[in-house]
Amino acid sequence: MNISLGIFVDTHTRAIVQGITGAQGRFHTELMLNYATQIVAGVTPGKGGTQVHNVPVYDTVEEALQEHKADASVIFVPAPFAAEAAFEALDGGLKTLVIITEHIPVRDAVQVMARAKQQGAVVVGPNTPGIIAPGECKLGIMPAHVFRRGIVGIASRSGTLTYEIAWGLSTMGLGQSVCIGLGGDPVVGLSFADVLREFEGDEHTEAVVLIGEIGGNLEEQAAEFISTEGYAKPVVAFVAGRTAPSGRRMGHAGAIVMGRAGTAQSKIEAFKAAGVGVAEKPSDVAKMLTEMLKGKDIFGGAESET
Amino acid sequence: MKLSEHETKEIFSKYKIPIPRGELTNSPAQARETATQVEAPVAIKAQILVAGRGRAGGILFANSPKEAELSSKKLLGTEIRGLKVQSVLVEEKLSIRKELYFGITLDRSRRSYVAIASSEGGVEIEEIAATTPEKIIKVFVDPLYGFRSYHARQIVKKLGYTGKQMKELATIFFKLYRVAMDYDAELCEMNPLIETDEGKFVAADARLIIDDNALYRHPNFQRRLMERDGAELTPQELETRKKVLAYVKLDGNIGVIGNGAGLVMATLDTIQLYGGKPANFLDVGGGASSDKMAAALELVFSDSRVEVVFVNVLGGITRCDEVAKGVLEVKSRIGFVKPMVIRLVGTNEEEGRQILTEAGIQVLDSMEEAAERAVEIAKTGR
Repeated sequence: MNISLGIFVDTHTRAIVQGITGAQGRFHTELMLNYATQIVAGVTPGKGGTQVHNVPVYDTVEEALQEHKADASVIFVPAPFAAEAAFEALDGGLKTLVIITEHIPVRDAVQVMARAKQQGAVVVGPNTPGIIAPGECKLGIMPAHVFRRGIVGIASRSGTLTYEIAWGLSTMGLGQSVCIGLGGDPVVGLSFADVLREFEGDEHTEAVVLIGEIGGNLEEQAAEFISTEGYAKPVVAFVAGRTAPSGRRMGHAGAIVMGRAGTAQSKIEAFKAAGVGVAEKPSDVAKMLTEMLKGKDIFGGAESET
Repeated sequence: MKLSEHETKEIFSKYKIPIPRGELTNSPAQARETATQVEAPVAIKAQILVAGRGRAGGILFANSPKEAELSSKKLLGTEIRGLKVQSVLVEEKLSIRKELYFGITLDRSRRSYVAIASSEGGVEIEEIAATTPEKIIKVFVDPLYGFRSYHARQIVKKLGYTGKQMKELATIFFKLYRVAMDYDAELCEMNPLIETDEGKFVAADARLIIDDNALYRHPNFQRRLMERDGAELTPQELETRKKVLAYVKLDGNIGVIGNGAGLVMATLDTIQLYGGKPANFLDVGGGASSDKMAAALELVFSDSRVEVVFVNVLGGITRCDEVAKGVLEVKSRIGFVKPMVIRLVGTNEEEGRQILTEAGIQVLDSMEEAAERAVEIAKTGR
């Protein structure tokens, strides 16, 4: 297998898991290990000295990092304690945090993001399925089998919709370089524009898919970034929630239309005005990309994994 | 969770933020008494959670206690924008020299709270922003440093106040920020904040929305939210809240169940694209058990407007066999009372498919094909 350097994570990424002894932490640690991800330690206060799937567990991040070299943390800690866990990881010097936890109060999230910025760290999430570089590294809970290695970068605000679209791409022979779940909460660590910047400089990414939804203005910001800075790679967007009523949260804490702000229509129009292809249905993403990438080596030099 | 004006003002008063004298009541006789105590004229304000309450006829004024009784009788029991008025707030009518706006809210893209003030209060802040954006003062709050008393003074100075009034107003603003943080507010505002003819400041109207994810820190309100009898939620929505399924009622006839908020939203959109109308949004979340799936299905079946149910599952953490078992549970308990279209792919797809096919239920793989089929059934009954 080729070894490449993906954005944010790659085969060299060494991660700890905070909240490793809980049901979700335990289950997904095993799946991440099965995906050949280097999970070097776990942290659960009070469970230090035990093991989960042969991964040693520590009481504090500090102790874990004294014994193991790591770059990232995957956080499964329950919402009331998740922000504390994130601060602990940031103070330990970890530069990539993947916060899987859903239902973190927004006041906590705002503080975590500010602290991360101070420390120069990247936060994926909260309320994210995580990040995967297919065939290299998985920090998160996504079902690995829907992804295959390739040249399309995906950034998304939704979990299952990412799987839906990635699966559609994979079955049409379009693999992915990296898929990042930004998270479904109102305040998340990465914006579409941040990820677009990374994908632009990434030699393994030839095209980008943005999966947005109602609420906030990350999509509009991305459209503005593309139209003002210009973007060298083809981009296709899908925006969920065209039929969502105003003032109601559609499952995700961040998926809410407030008056005229945050509607799918506004996002779709912004994308179209920026020259971004907008898919009407999830399955159209793969069709549009196939058309755009005609003549390119869609396997990006990597072997097909089917 | 949206708090009522009265609930918000109770909190304000704990923080010694000046509010009008008055009382909450559900009896016209009591309204009369309050009007006597605070000395009419009074304002009688329906305690309902709708935007634009004044324009919708939810606020009446009365010049005498007798009139206060009649006006509250008129408001109590009526419906405003579909919500029944169960209580009114009877308050002294304030003399108005100026109406201001003060608010604390979240700025999602800046990842911080923002303190907002305007000298053009009394209308919604979005409207001020659209018509006179130059009259809005904003200070973004550094999450690790906080909103300081000098920030409040800077803002108030820009509104044109000096001396004692400046200090009074700045104190009110600073307290508003404390309320917002202490109550995990998504939005906390006083609009209008009134400067009276005597130069005093009073929060004439108050709004507070608590971040639902932080309700565990505010158990009283969490309980109150569960108790609210349909003020904000339909019976189905209350039922689902208890079962922790995300459900939003819509006005069509195609019931929708799926896993994952984005996928369910995309399902609704696809149905609409094919000319159908979704009856609801229902996300069973990741890793749903057969029990949860069964509860979801029964819930959607119980909606009389639903003509057909579309189950759209892409198994990631969710296992297709669990979904299939949930469907069969419902079949054995109450039968399939409505036609169903099931799309099932992903983790343990073969097992799930087998369970359903053996029970005579057809399973589709394409979301689009399934959506088209559901729309057809909704239209033709077959």
